[in-house]
Amino acid sequence: MGYLISRKTADELFARLSKSHDIFAPKLFPGEGCFSDTDIVRYGQVHTLDEIEFDRRSDYSSKETLLAVNETLFYFTEDATTVPSCTDRRLLIFLRSCDLHALRRLDAVYLENGPEDFYYRRLREKADFALMGCRETCDTGFCVSMGTNRTENYDLYLKPEGDAVYVDCRAERLLSYFREIDAEDCQMVPDHVTENREKVTLPKNLSVQSYDNPLWESYGNRCIGCGRCNFVCPTCTCFTMQDILYRDNEHVGERRRVHASCQVDGYTDLAGGGSFRKKQSERLRFKVMHKVCDFEKRFGYPMCVGCGRCDAVCPEYISYANLLNQLAKEEEA
Amino acid sequence: MTNAYIPFSSTVTKIIRHTDIEYTFRMTFEGDVKPGQFFEVSIPKYGEAPISVSGIGPGTVDLTIRKVGRVTNRIFENYEGNTLLMRGPYGNGFDLEQYKGKELFIIAGGTGLSPVKGIVDYFSKHPEEAAGVTLIAGFKSPEDILFRDDFAVWKQKLNVIQTVDTAPEGYEGPTGMVTKYIPDLNIRDLKQSAFITVGPPVMIKFTILEILKLGVPEEQIWISHERRMCCGLGKCGHCRMGSAYVCLDGPVFNYAEGKNLID
Repeated sequence: MGYLISRKTADELFARLSKSHDIFAPKLFPGEGCFSDTDIVRYGQVHTLDEIEFDRRSDYSSKETLLAVNETLFYFTEDATTVPSCTDRRLLIFLRSCDLHALRRLDAVYLENGPEDFYYRRLREKADFALMGCRETCDTGFCVSMGTNRTENYDLYLKPEGDAVYVDCRAERLLSYFREIDAEDCQMVPDHVTENREKVTLPKNLSVQSYDNPLWESYGNRCIGCGRCNFVCPTCTCFTMQDILYRDNEHVGERRRVHASCQVDGYTDLAGGGSFRKKQSERLRFKVMHKVCDFEKRFGYPMCVGCGRCDAVCPEYISYANLLNQLAKEEEA
Repeated sequence: MTNAYIPFSSTVTKIIRHTDIEYTFRMTFEGDVKPGQFFEVSIPKYGEAPISVSGIGPGTVDLTIRKVGRVTNRIFENYEGNTLLMRGPYGNGFDLEQYKGKELFIIAGGTGLSPVKGIVDYFSKHPEEAAGVTLIAGFKSPEDILFRDDFAVWKQKLNVIQTVDTAPEGYEGPTGMVTKYIPDLNIRDLKQSAFITVGPPVMIKFTILEILKLGVPEEQIWISHERRMCCGLGKCGHCRMGSAYVCLDGPVFNYAEGKNLID
């Protein structure tokens, strides 16, 4: 159902939603960027429409709302383990088309690859997803090339425009929030970009033979292994297990999982000293091949959604998009 | 919904000391388990580590653990009567049926013997079920030899070559890398042979080169990989090679498929 509501009614809608939902959306954090006097857009809880940053792509993706950067799996007390309780509220997560496509990738790993992940599942089934349209392309994104520029797979769509807010509610379970609300019926197609500045052609024939391609070295030798590309990626799902004990009482502690990066030292380290992919160029190859071919071999579609965050965040200005284009160009030649 | 991350408690019923840093812990376990599978073994507050099953008994599994890391150091302080936390078993493991009736060659390096030990144990008890079993096991030095009591039993039933990379003067017994003994293997029928190799990555690489030189088809070679694993459930990503997750699709791979998996 499509509705046209006023800003004021939108506030009422948010108040209603807040009774049942914790609402997460990209927020602008002024001055909290990596460098002095820079801002950052990342996910946080909101209570009103005004708090949501609609104009800029979030620097960090929506995955953090379902997969915490640092998540306690259970507490140890003496011999017992206790699983932390889960919120009894529903979640409403605002996200763009690329991130909604990325959700499908998170589901693939956490729900379909081996047994279902208890922690992901219990949050995931509480979540409703609100699409944010893209009126114009972001700088580094190449969603059109990846076919992730549009989606119909949302529960809610919200588009603020001046004093008006356009809403499309596709989820029946959310229709009740619009009852007795001051709204005009209206039909709409969510805003989506049809052309990006960045255009990418995927290499189609990456294989074991691509291992020795000198391109990995020419791009990878600049890499400092900071892992920022992984942490901003909406489809990177790796974590490392971490046990901690409380300083005040060493009989008590917890097991956590924390986001991990295949670019950072230690990712493959074995107890006793062995490790794999010691060079950054090998790690770059490993990541890129996963994003555009190894994941696809397993699940049937590429992992990368073309959000472009990795290119935007790289402190060494390594362009993953350019690397893909060069790999594709070599295949043509 | 089950929470696969919650470990169960298992009691250490016996300890077999092989070397100063390598012990076998016999743990209580009821359930199906295959050679080559592994458990995530943990000490609360210190962490988890994937450990191969090195023996299967009634109501028990053997875990041969090398004292090399934070978790394993701590495990060595937990002796008989104590408990460890475990999750698993995970991984595909070896399918014994595939090797029955075959002339089987097992080439293992160091602790790489653990994942194949269940197979060696089985055929040493039932030698008539294979058309001959040869075990080439390599260790760094005589002090590093594992499963000494088991070797004594295996040597009576199977063709065993136990070699050490380097030995002090006067050492009696085979020396040199495992690869040295592969060209001289006497294979009765190439088509009916099966090869399994487990060990450090470099050892696996050169062992396979030697096996292929004999003319053995790739489909008749199996390898087992050791990788870092935080979950064992196909989620954490650390063990991934190409499109495969070593914890789900392996750790045992047929070489015809495994050769296409790169780190």
